[in-house]
Amino acid sequence: MNLARLRGPGVFAVVAVLALVVAPLLLEPFRLGLLAKYLCFAIVALGIGLAWGQGGMLVLGQGVFFGLGGYAMAMHLKLVDAQGDLPDFMVWSGVEQLPALWKPFANPVFALVMVVAGPMLIATVLGLLVFRQRVRGAYFAILTQALAAAFVILLVGQQGLTGGTNGLTNFYDLFGQDLAADSTQRGLYFAVAIVTGLLYLGARQLVGSRFGRLLVAIRDGEDRVRFLGYDPARVKTVTFALSAGMAGLAGAMFVPVVGIISPALLGVVPSLELVVAVAVGGRFALAGAILGAVVMGYAKTSFSEQFADGWLYLQGALFILVMTLAPKGILGVAASARDAWARRSRRRTDPEPPPAEAPGTRVMEEVG
Amino acid sequence: MSPMIEVRGLSVVFDGFRAIDGIDLTVEKGELRFLIGPNGAGKTTLIDVITGLTRPTTGEVVFDGRSLVGQREHKIVRLGVGRTFQTSVVFEELSVLENLDLAASFRRPLWSLARRRRGISDAVAEALETTGLKELADRPAGVLSHGQRQWLEIGMLLTQSPKLLLLDEPVAGMSKDERERTGELLTSVANDHTVIVIEHDMEFLRRYASQVTVLHEGKVLIEGSVDQVRDDPRVQEVYLGRKRSDAVGTGT
Repeated sequence: MNLARLRGPGVFAVVAVLALVVAPLLLEPFRLGLLAKYLCFAIVALGIGLAWGQGGMLVLGQGVFFGLGGYAMAMHLKLVDAQGDLPDFMVWSGVEQLPALWKPFANPVFALVMVVAGPMLIATVLGLLVFRQRVRGAYFAILTQALAAAFVILLVGQQGLTGGTNGLTNFYDLFGQDLAADSTQRGLYFAVAIVTGLLYLGARQLVGSRFGRLLVAIRDGEDRVRFLGYDPARVKTVTFALSAGMAGLAGAMFVPVVGIISPALLGVVPSLELVVAVAVGGRFALAGAILGAVVMGYAKTSFSEQFADGWLYLQGALFILVMTLAPKGILGVAASARDAWARRSRRRTDPEPPPAEAPGTRVMEEVG
Repeated sequence: MSPMIEVRGLSVVFDGFRAIDGIDLTVEKGELRFLIGPNGAGKTTLIDVITGLTRPTTGEVVFDGRSLVGQREHKIVRLGVGRTFQTSVVFEELSVLENLDLAASFRRPLWSLARRRRGISDAVAEALETTGLKELADRPAGVLSHGQRQWLEIGMLLTQSPKLLLLDEPVAGMSKDERERTGELLTSVANDHTVIVIEHDMEFLRRYASQVTVLHEGKVLIEGSVDQVRDDPRVQEVYLGRKRSDAVGTGT
């Protein structure tokens, strides 16, 4: 019993050592940079796990919030690099004066606050409008996806303001550090890894709290929750805003790690890819979301290195397989394998069968 | 003494169908009132209107001196009206204890819910005791039997100490033993709460009811004690004794 209690923290400690000690020692800078990129996606995935896995809100447009965070950061970096002049792409687009929207982003504090506050604010307004009207399920999912599509159109259309299809790229300086230097990239990796860990712990705490129980209750019976005297719209809005804030933070870290933010990185397809990753990893547990994002990110890179076109098909096939055969994803499969193993070894020593457990709870309690 | 709840001239029309057609109903504080009537009489619709699920076409619902019409569901719960449903809905993935704790925490501000639950509050412990679910406290509610689910729902209501409880067919589909336990639970709850019960089961009604209101085709047919209601020829015709009167052929 006590051993089972230690398993969660034990796994976390092992993963932390792997991420903070082993990976930086073993991986060459290029690979470490890729891992940092996957971890950025993992943070978005964590937010999806919270909103979808726990709260039942299928968010298909997290790219919007990822993009808002990313562009906020990129605008600041561009302004620093321009050193008081116009950013390079504006000159090419024939813009003569710095747009009003850009001006406050010269201030690093404002930019960093907007990275999280911007997405959260938009998610809050959207959530209040939508959840109060009791829009949910597929309708909510479609709405978020449409938002992602509209956001891309907006970005592409405003060439002089956003860099259009090319997005914002060519950054040289991050808070006084040379972005091209290996040491800066290493530092960035550590920052991303630590932020991922902290957000995971925070989200886990939330899931284990009364708020988390309430969220699961809303997922499973929103109308019933109303008759307990809670307003589901408020709870869902808060959760949606938290997941948006995570996506924004991830986008902001993605920019210095990868060196670009563009509409292609945050439209419908990238948003969906992350939802698929969460489903593959296991959406009912927060760890599953992170695992899914890293595994799918890694698989995409290694696959694309060999068969450029094959990945899309493999990804689709994986998604269908998981949804039909293992709706709880990799973690669900692992948990049932462990249970089966435990039953087998127990049967050898103890003829009494273990108590039956409702499906789902086990995964949630032990891995989530 | 002012009544606990007063329904005046209530009508509900769904696409031209009058589900409720001018109902007046007054329930005093501390009363245990049974609502009966054949299918489609408007019993559940009446409860739906009181709890904010359905808007009335005309009429007024006054609870403890305040109008409930147009209020949102969770606000009505916060005013002190609790209800159960015909098909009980408990949160299957949460444990029995968590179900009760969630119900009991409904007045806490949202931010304070972000803390983990420590221990068991008095209200929850009491509800575990009253409903006899103490042994099952840590089991997921999904494993409960139909009867246990109804008790859990009633227990969840009790932790919220509502002023008025509305129970929609609490013994439907229950075994004989379960009915008996539910009856006892109901009697003890009715001691210190105002309760309105919708029930079809005549046996159950005879044992536990005192005041009964009979609804028929969206109207109040008669109101009175169990005996008065049972002996009323109109009730026998529409509800209790329809078969018999058909067989005897005393139609006018």
